[in-house]
Amino acid sequence: MSRLGTITRRSFLVVSAAVAGGVAFGYYKYQQDPANPLTAAAGETVFNPWVIVRADGVTVITPRAEMGQGIHTTLAALVAEEMDLNWDQVRAEHGPASSAYANLAVAGAGLPFADYRDSRMKTLAHEAMDVMGKFIGAEATGGSTSTVDAFTRMRKAGAAARAVLVQAAAARLKTDASKLHTEGGAVIAPEGTRIPYADLATDAAKLTPPADPVLKDPKAWKLLGTSLPRLDMVAKVTGTAGFGIDTRLPGMLFASVRATPRLGGTMQSFDATEAKAMPGVKAVVDLGDAVAVAATNTWIAFKALETLKITWGPAPYPETTDAIFAEIAKAFDGAPNSTLRDDGDVYKAVAATKPIRAEYRVPYLAHATMEPMNATALFADGTLTIWAPNQAPTVVRDKCAEAVGIAADKVTVHTTFLGGGFGRRAEFDYAVQAAKLAKALPGTPVLLTWTREEDMRHDFYRPGAIARMEGAADASGPTAFKAAIAVPSVYANQAKRILGMAPPGPDKIAVEGAFDQPYAIPNYRVSGHISPVAVPVGSWRSVGNSHNAFFHECFLDELAHAAGLDPVQMRLKLMATESPVSAKVVAAVAEMSGWGSPLPAGHARGLAFTYSFGTPTAEVIEISQSAAGIKLEKMWIAQDMGQALDPRNIEAQMISGAIYGLSAAMMGEITFSKGEVEQANFNDYDALRMQQMPVFETRILQNGAHLSGVGEPATPPAAPALANAIFALTGKRLRELPLNNAVTFA
Amino acid sequence: MRITVNGTPREVSARPDTPLLWVLRDELGMTGTKFGCGAGLCGACTVQVNGVAQRSCQMALGDVGSAQITTIEGIGTPEKLSVLQTVWVEHQVAQCGYCQSGQIMQAAALLATTPRPTDTEIDDAMSGNLCRCGTYPRIRAAIHDAAQRLQKV
Ligand code: FES
Ligand code: FES
Repeated sequence: MSRLGTITRRSFLVVSAAVAGGVAFGYYKYQQDPANPLTAAAGETVFNPWVIVRADGVTVITPRAEMGQGIHTTLAALVAEEMDLNWDQVRAEHGPASSAYANLAVAGAGLPFADYRDSRMKTLAHEAMDVMGKFIGAEATGGSTSTVDAFTRMRKAGAAARAVLVQAAAARLKTDASKLHTEGGAVIAPEGTRIPYADLATDAAKLTPPADPVLKDPKAWKLLGTSLPRLDMVAKVTGTAGFGIDTRLPGMLFASVRATPRLGGTMQSFDATEAKAMPGVKAVVDLGDAVAVAATNTWIAFKALETLKITWGPAPYPETTDAIFAEIAKAFDGAPNSTLRDDGDVYKAVAATKPIRAEYRVPYLAHATMEPMNATALFADGTLTIWAPNQAPTVVRDKCAEAVGIAADKVTVHTTFLGGGFGRRAEFDYAVQAAKLAKALPGTPVLLTWTREEDMRHDFYRPGAIARMEGAADASGPTAFKAAIAVPSVYANQAKRILGMAPPGPDKIAVEGAFDQPYAIPNYRVSGHISPVAVPVGSWRSVGNSHNAFFHECFLDELAHAAGLDPVQMRLKLMATESPVSAKVVAAVAEMSGWGSPLPAGHARGLAFTYSFGTPTAEVIEISQSAAGIKLEKMWIAQDMGQALDPRNIEAQMISGAIYGLSAAMMGEITFSKGEVEQANFNDYDALRMQQMPVFETRILQNGAHLSGVGEPATPPAAPALANAIFALTGKRLRELPLNNAVTFA
Repeated sequence: MRITVNGTPREVSARPDTPLLWVLRDELGMTGTKFGCGAGLCGACTVQVNGVAQRSCQMALGDVGSAQITTIEGIGTPEKLSVLQTVWVEHQVAQCGYCQSGQIMQAAALLATTPRPTDTEIDDAMSGNLCRCGTYPRIRAAIHDAAQRLQKV
């Protein structure tokens, strides 16, 4: 087992068992920062793991996957703000895979507490997890945590660099540091002498930076809080941004791969006679559970794969969609894995009334990133170099090392731009395939690209899930709300893949978006039932929230309707004491959308709210009945991320998240037959197109006490808002996704 | 075989049935044109053939003949952006950016034939270009803006 695996085994036990014990365990040792992985090249000065001063500006290491969310820009701005740089002096680079860049917030996000309740317990637990994050050393992008994690650390890195630059200038000018100020990438003396950072960098690097530099008062911010031009924008409109698939190296071969369509099954045999005889084919390589073809171009590799005759073993899960869901439903029979919310006595409350009962269901979903899975690898002289669009470079490094049988420190991982991630690229399967292939072709760099069909059929899917809901409401609001959710565990799946074991304990992700919502319902119970169905599942933008928000918010709408309550007023009342910040978000979206005001005939609105990743988000969608089907007219999104570092970029994420949620709600469905995924390409797994766009209006609120993430929280409310609107329009309560199985969309 | 890409004749050795997409990317190293589906379903591979937007994954090398191929690299560079690219930057359109070469090539072809497109004309022209990041609202705004600006030129 890898180094990563053995260490994390213990830290994960902390999550499930004694949190307080976890603080003591390893706390002192891991308070120290890991070594700086950067080495300075000629003409550069490295200050800390985040700041490189060059003659023409400052390069900020932004060690999170740039998959569209604009994170390189925001992270670079954190450093640039404290260093008083002009925006055109700033560059961003992803940097190497290193535990110095561990995402401390992503570990904390797994804790089984409702986020909106900021308790002492939670704070303690988060502190423990911060240490654990460093301990695990996982450099990862996910859980909408990148900015949260970096907010203090990267500003401090900038402030510390600035402090030693000022100190170096003071020494040179033989004056006191307090007399100097900084501006535009230079230290400036009272009489106007201006020394650029580049001139001071060598001297400054010899000084010891302050351990706890003072940060600027946010009121003095010049960059943060404004809409900055993204650092990657020009490259992305000129075709010059380097995605993984664009990696080009001298003498490289182009490859593709065919793995078992019965996911997790075996490869029994294959015949490559025809492929080997094809002009341009350079190698056919048995990867154990897949076959790869390396050729002089990607298309030849694709064509050669089509000629292979492969015998696959059976799938380790039921063969059809129906059988898989029957298996998931069996999880209801056993004791719940978690009951993370159990307020009042829901059984008594339900027994006292005539409850409403409903069963909801959502399908498996693919990520379908625009850039198909790919990775480039070069194995030479016992070392491995990987170029991969990925969300977890340290995991890629360790898993590739393991796969080719070398030490992790012999592996270099270059993280390219990602043509979409959405959680899919938190996995490492494509990189390991490239690594194994490269080992068979020592000295030759090889770019392994999946066909779209391979990508669609070899995902780590958003799991299918079933919810059994029971509840009651009267004129005062919901009196009982009971949700039992059966779902395969993303958490256990990922832990098994990464660590080799699944930690015991409550699976928060399975019930997030349902148990942790800020509603003061007197009798309120949410339990999770984990299904062992072996279809590979993984993180899909907003993870558990993506299905639970649909269950929770649609059923709440059912209760409102049954009791004749207005969905907005009902929520405002339930939130008033639980989370005033959330109530303001709902009030904002109601005001923006003119909630309650008359609509033209054939129009209707739907509302949903989700508190996820620390960010309350409310959405209203207006739809209409047209001759061609249901048309999306307008969508309003209100969101509170505590502090808006880059409003224009946040707006892009709000709209992007909602569209991703709408696409899945309307038409996203992965089904199985004979143990194989039936969908293959964008003809049978499509997404919203331009002509289906509603008009969007967004509002950013900043009442939250803490900065929180924005990459995912707009996704969960989209499906329930739409389903609730369809109910308002047609009287049909749709409890299964995708909605286009029941209605036609224009 | 000889083809003309961005005004420059290029000698290529791929088989005639090789899709133009892979000739551009793997033989000529012009990676601005993207592979998304290989089946004409996503538009990521869009180039212009004699000014008309085409899916390069669906066009065999042998069918290119003497046609003028224009790729994203041919309409502007980071140092010298085209009007459309400038507008794209001003509107901060791209997210992951992977679909954007195709979007821009499609939009450029639209504006060449329809200088002041309506929303419906934009929809019709752009409906084959998928964007999983959902940048459509900004694409639409950018096209309208570019149309205005190009008319003033
Ligand atoms: S790659 Fe050509 S249309 Fe998708
Ligand atoms: S910008 Fe990511 S797919 Fe369009």
